[in-house]
Formats: sequence, structure tokens, C-alpha cells
Amino acid sequence: MLLGPMVDLARAVAARLIATALIVVAATAFSTQSSGAEPSYITVASTTSTQNSGLFRHILPKFTETSGIEVRVVAVGTGAAIRLARSGDADVLLVHHKASEEKFVAEGFGVRRYPVMFNDFVIVGPSADPARSAREPDAAKALVMIARVGAAFVSRGDNSGTHKREVEFWAMGGIDPSAASGTWYRQTGSGMGATLNVGAAMGAYALSDRSTWLSFANKRDLRVLVEGDPRLRNEYGVILISKKRHGHVKSREGQAFIDWLRSVAGRSAINGFRIGGKRLFTAIE
Amino acid sequence: MKTFPTSNPPVASLELGILPLELTGVGLVRDGKRVLKDLNCRIEGGASGQNADEPAKTFIIGPNGAGKTLFLKLCHGLIQPDEGEVRWYGPAANDGAMIKRRQAMVFQRPVLLRRTAWENIDFVLKIRGVTRAERADRCAELLQQTGLGRHASTQAQALSFGEQQRLALARALAPDPEILFLDEPTASLDPASAHLVEDLIDQAVTSGKKIVMSSHDLGQAKRLADEIIFIHRGRIKERAAAPAFFNGPKNDLARDFLEGKLLWWRRRSVYEEGEEQCC
Amino acid sequence: MQAFLDAFTAALRLVASGDQDLIRIILLSLKVSLSAVCIAALIGIPLGGLIALSRFPGRQALIVMFNALMGLPPVVVGLMVYVVLSRSGPFGVLNLLFTPTAMIIAQVILVLPIIVSLTRQTLHSLWLEYRETLQSVAATPAQCLAAVLWDGRFMLITAILVGLGRAIAEVGAVMIVGGNIDNVTRVMTTAIALEASKGDLALALGLGFILLMISMALNILAHGLTAFGEPERRS
Repeated sequence: MLLGPMVDLARAVAARLIATALIVVAATAFSTQSSGAEPSYITVASTTSTQNSGLFRHILPKFTETSGIEVRVVAVGTGAAIRLARSGDADVLLVHHKASEEKFVAEGFGVRRYPVMFNDFVIVGPSADPARSAREPDAAKALVMIARVGAAFVSRGDNSGTHKREVEFWAMGGIDPSAASGTWYRQTGSGMGATLNVGAAMGAYALSDRSTWLSFANKRDLRVLVEGDPRLRNEYGVILISKKRHGHVKSREGQAFIDWLRSVAGRSAINGFRIGGKRLFTAIE
Repeated sequence: MKTFPTSNPPVASLELGILPLELTGVGLVRDGKRVLKDLNCRIEGGASGQNADEPAKTFIIGPNGAGKTLFLKLCHGLIQPDEGEVRWYGPAANDGAMIKRRQAMVFQRPVLLRRTAWENIDFVLKIRGVTRAERADRCAELLQQTGLGRHASTQAQALSFGEQQRLALARALAPDPEILFLDEPTASLDPASAHLVEDLIDQAVTSGKKIVMSSHDLGQAKRLADEIIFIHRGRIKERAAAPAFFNGPKNDLARDFLEGKLLWWRRRSVYEEGEEQCC
Repeated sequence: MQAFLDAFTAALRLVASGDQDLIRIILLSLKVSLSAVCIAALIGIPLGGLIALSRFPGRQALIVMFNALMGLPPVVVGLMVYVVLSRSGPFGVLNLLFTPTAMIIAQVILVLPIIVSLTRQTLHSLWLEYRETLQSVAATPAQCLAAVLWDGRFMLITAILVGLGRAIAEVGAVMIVGGNIDNVTRVMTTAIALEASKGDLALALGLGFILLMISMALNILAHGLTAFGEPERRS
């Protein structure tokens, strides 16, 4: 029978093929790094709210088209984004907690803070609204009402811009919710979307930025209950990381990005981003 | 009977020998028990050339648990003695590598590599640095000689037990050793298979190899052995030329053993003599 | 059940559309995880074999260490690699953070203990079977290792598949060191996490289904190779 040797041969070939495949795959693993002159890019440390809403997908191609600079966005909470920027792992910081941003610049990590755009925070909650906080014009009072009845409230608890603002509102109402952590006050320690998922499942209240809320697809029984308090304004600032701190920062490209965001073209791109006909961010002149 | 090919051995048989082998005061301790005691013996080269008077086939016999397997493994260098010395005195014996290369062993339950019959033989030649062409010739020759010619590309594990034993023998013979240790090579074979193995042993002797094998088959020992080493409870009780031993052993225990009277209950304890479980 | 149905249709729609983004994400997932597993196998299999065959002081400690490392949380590995590759870290100058290479490095660290431990375990049993025979034919330690590795090669497929399963399914490490950057370091798992955080559970689950199918395809492929390559046994 010829079959035996044929199968042996096929086996030997198969063994060699596997070995070759292993080596090829291992080799390609490192090939991407050595592809020579890559198109220039900058890394932007930003927040989940801007990424989850889809803003970057809308505006970044426009910038890349005019400048030839690719923008790579690492979206984490504001606190984590600032930490990334401090370590020099980003060229530009785009976050939404003014006090932290100004501290970042004052400490010499950033060149200068520019306001870019704003939207607002909203308090969302179950339509049954056990705290009867709907249409309360004062956001701090609304939180006090929630705390008084001990209605479930989910917090980011991740040191993000939204979380920091939420803590400020509790303080305005004279409440320390962390004492109730684990009972009606639940800290998820995760992003806005993940927190809203928990809130939707529990029928809990939450503070959210409007853009994440509008683009969030799993709302279930949650709706916007409190909005319009001027203190709920949510402003985003953009900062170029200081070359004095981190010599490798791509200052020229980073500054080009910041300049573009603040230009007419950039502002109209931001204002032109809509979901369901609603504008999510308003550019600041 | 086919003759063992001596025309073109892959490892020059003109190499200097490592025999004789001498055990002096060898003892072995396992789990706190002395399983081999005070072994003293000298094993000369096979019955060829200047050793024409020496026995070619030395049989190790004794009851189960006497220490036969351990004795062979000690000689082969797979285990080191706790007392005494196992030493080779041949002209090539000052070369440690040569001592390893010039001997081979077949175990009672042969362990074959999970490869084809051909590859099992090829492997031992390869690790000795034999060239590809020589290996091919030698493998074909040995498979033919052991009656496994048509099983060259059969997986060793798929062979019958008798075929596996012959393959193990072929593999041991491949590098043309000077001395061959065989541990009960026909123990679990049917008579026909056992006969084939005995033929192969005879052929190896014809080509000048020294055989040291254990056996519990007294008929086989009578048929094949040139001399007998009788072991009981880890001690060598008698060593004699085969005819003399079978005609009238000097040792009482050996006489009882030959008469089938050396029964298990006469042992002091199973454990003391339980050599197989020690390794 | 409706949720699963939605997820399934989402998966089908995605696959049917041949979405460019999806294809890119799948290819990057495969590239990162397969590379990591290959590298881990090239290091881990010989290392596991060496530990299986040899005796040296600290061997037991090494075995225990690798067994324990199998349970290392991906997030911890991600953080460790982040700290090392960060611009402020010792290897910051390499500029590897937020690249596929960084993700591969993290996954190699995740997969290596699995491959080492399973290889050691598998080859140890084979070594117990082979040891006396190989010593008898005077094989050198290197030849023993080679023989055990070669004859155990099909048994090692399982070790590699378990490693691949861990690599392709983990999200914690690649999220941290890759950054989930669109078009650059977004893989299946980070995309799933992103869609889940957007509240698009159907799409997230749909991507999960696709990941499952890919994982299954890889397993079937490996199984087929084994069945084809492993010699049949009569006994």
C-alpha cells in the first residue's frame, strides 16, 4: 500500500507547516513596529464621556484630513487621564474638571488650559421617582431629597470629572454619602456607561453627563429628572502637555490639534455633532 | 538461521572493549532496607577471540523479589550502589562515554518511544551521531533480522507485545554493544514469540556479544545458559557453570529453588525482598 | 431570551455586512493573541520541559510559582506592563505603550505560566515513562528533552489552546496597555467592553458571539491537526 508513506509524508509536511506558521506569526508580531516612517500621530488622554458619545469619531477625521495628523484617543476617567498625562503617556489632555485641570497646569505639567466646549450634567432616575425630585431646579436640593428617602443612587466612584462634580453637589447639600456607601449609595468604580447600566438595572438615580446619557442605549426605565441648574454646566478643557516636563511630547502637532479645536472649523465640527437631532456639545468661542 | 551481520557495523566493533565488569562489596539500600548485600562478582567478555573459554550467556536466576532486576540495573549503571563499587576494567573503560555506549539493556516491559518501529531504532543511532545513510541501512537490516520488516512505519505502541519485545531487542542491538543486559526478555511472551527472541539472543552471541540476562524460566536457562548466578534475598548464593548448577547445586536454597520448594512463605517478609517496588 | 435573540441577529448582521471596522478588530485580536501565544509557547514549552526533566534546587518553588501565576489577574499584569512601559517607567523610551506590541507583551506574561505549568505536567508523565530507556541508551540531557518534547508534541496542543483561550478572552490587560484606541489597539474584548459601556448590550453580546465562533474555529482547527497528526493507536 502506498497510503502509509503518503500519510507519513503528509504528517511531516503538516508538522513543518505548523512550525513555519508559528515562526511567521511570531515574526509579524513585531513587524508593525518596524514599518518605518509612520504618519505622524498624537495621543490624547480623554474621558469616556467624549468617546462613548461618538464625538471623536465625528470630529477627528476632519482634523486628520486637514492636518495629516492622526489622533489616538485613550479614553479613561478624568482622574486616570490626568495621571496618564502626568506620566507623559499622552501629548494632549482633554478632560472636564476645571479645578483639576488648573492644578495640572499650575504644577507645570501642562502648558495652558483652553476651554473647548461644554454641555451639562443631568440627574437621571427611575420614572416612579420615589424621591419626588423631578423638575427640582436646584441640583443640590434634589440630591438631598434622594438622600432623605434613601432612594438608590449609583455613583461613578472612580475619581472622574463626573464623580468629582457629584461629590461637590453632595457637599453643597451638606450630605456625606460615603457614610451610606453600600446601602442606598452605590459606588460602581467604573465608567459612566457601566454605571448607567447598573443604575438601569437597579432603578437607581445617577448623575450623568448629557452626551453619554443621550447616546446610552440601555436606558430602560431611567429618564432625566433634574436639569437646567446653571451649576450643572460641564465644561471641557484642553491642555498641551509641557515639553519641559516630558521632552518627547509632540508639541507642534498637539498645539495644532488644540488650535484646530478652537478654530471655526473645529467649533463647527463640534457643534455639528448630533444624536437624534440633538446637539451634544457646544463649542466655546 | 540468519547470521548476525558483522560486515559493516555502524559503530566500529573494532573499538576497544569495556569488559570485564567487576562488582566489589556492592550493597543497595531502598527505603531503609538493604535489598542487595555484599555482591562480589566479575563478568568477563563474551566467548570470542581471546575469551574463548568464558561463558557467553550468564543467567541471573532466583525467586521473585530476589533482586535480579536491581542487579542488572546496577551493572548497567542505571542505579548507583550505596556500598561498594561497580567498575569496568576493559581497555576502553577509562572513557566514561564509551562505558555508556558499549552496553545496552532491554527491560522486562520494554518502553518504546511513541514513534514508528523504524524511528525507535533510528533514534538510538542518531544520538550516537551515525550518519543518515548508515542509519537507514542499519534500521532496515535490524527490522529485517527481527522479523519486523513490514512494520517499519507502524507505531511501536500498535505492535503486539512479542513484536514490541523484538523491537526493543533490535533497538538495543542497533549501536552494536559489547554487552547486553536482558531482564526477563521472554517473560510474558507466547512460546513462538519467545522462540524468536531466543534466536535473536543466539545471533547476538554469535557476533561476539556478552549476554547477561535474568530469567525465571528454568527450562530456558537450561537450554541457553552457559553459567548461572543464583540470587536469593539480595545475595549471590551460588555461581556455577550451567551444567554443574543444574546437575547438583551446592547451595541448599538453590536446590530447593530448582525443586520448586522455595516457596513464598519461607521468605521473612515480602517487603524486605520487594525489589520491584523500590525503583 | 429576547436579549440573546437580539444579540444573535446583531452578530449575524455584523458578519453579513463585512464591516471593515469589525474585520480590523478581529484581525488585530487574532494577531495579538496568536503572537502572544506563539512567543509564550516558544519560551514556555522548552522551559516547562526543562523543569519536568531536571532536578535542581528551587525546582519545587519554581513549580509552585508558575502554578500560582496562572491565576494572575489580567488587570494586575496590565498595570505592571503599564508601569514598565510608561514614559515615566524604565522602558518608556521604547514608546511601546498603547501599541499592539505592548498588548502582546502583557498577554505573553499572562499566557506563559499556563503553558509552562501544563507543559511541565504533561511532559513529566511522559518523562517518567521514558526516563530509564533514555538513560539506558545514553541520551544526553538535551537529547532527552528533545525526545520528550517531540513525542509529547500533540499532547501540548491542549496547553497552547488553554493559553490561547486566556489570551483572546482577557480584557483587563489589553485595555490598560493598549488603551482601546480606535483603529490602533481596539480588539474584540475591549470593543465588547466599550459597547457594553455605551449600553448597546445587543452589539456587545453580538461581538461576544463572534469571539466565541472564532475561538471555536481555532479549537476545531487545532483538534483537526491533532487528529490528523497524532499516530493512531491500536492497543
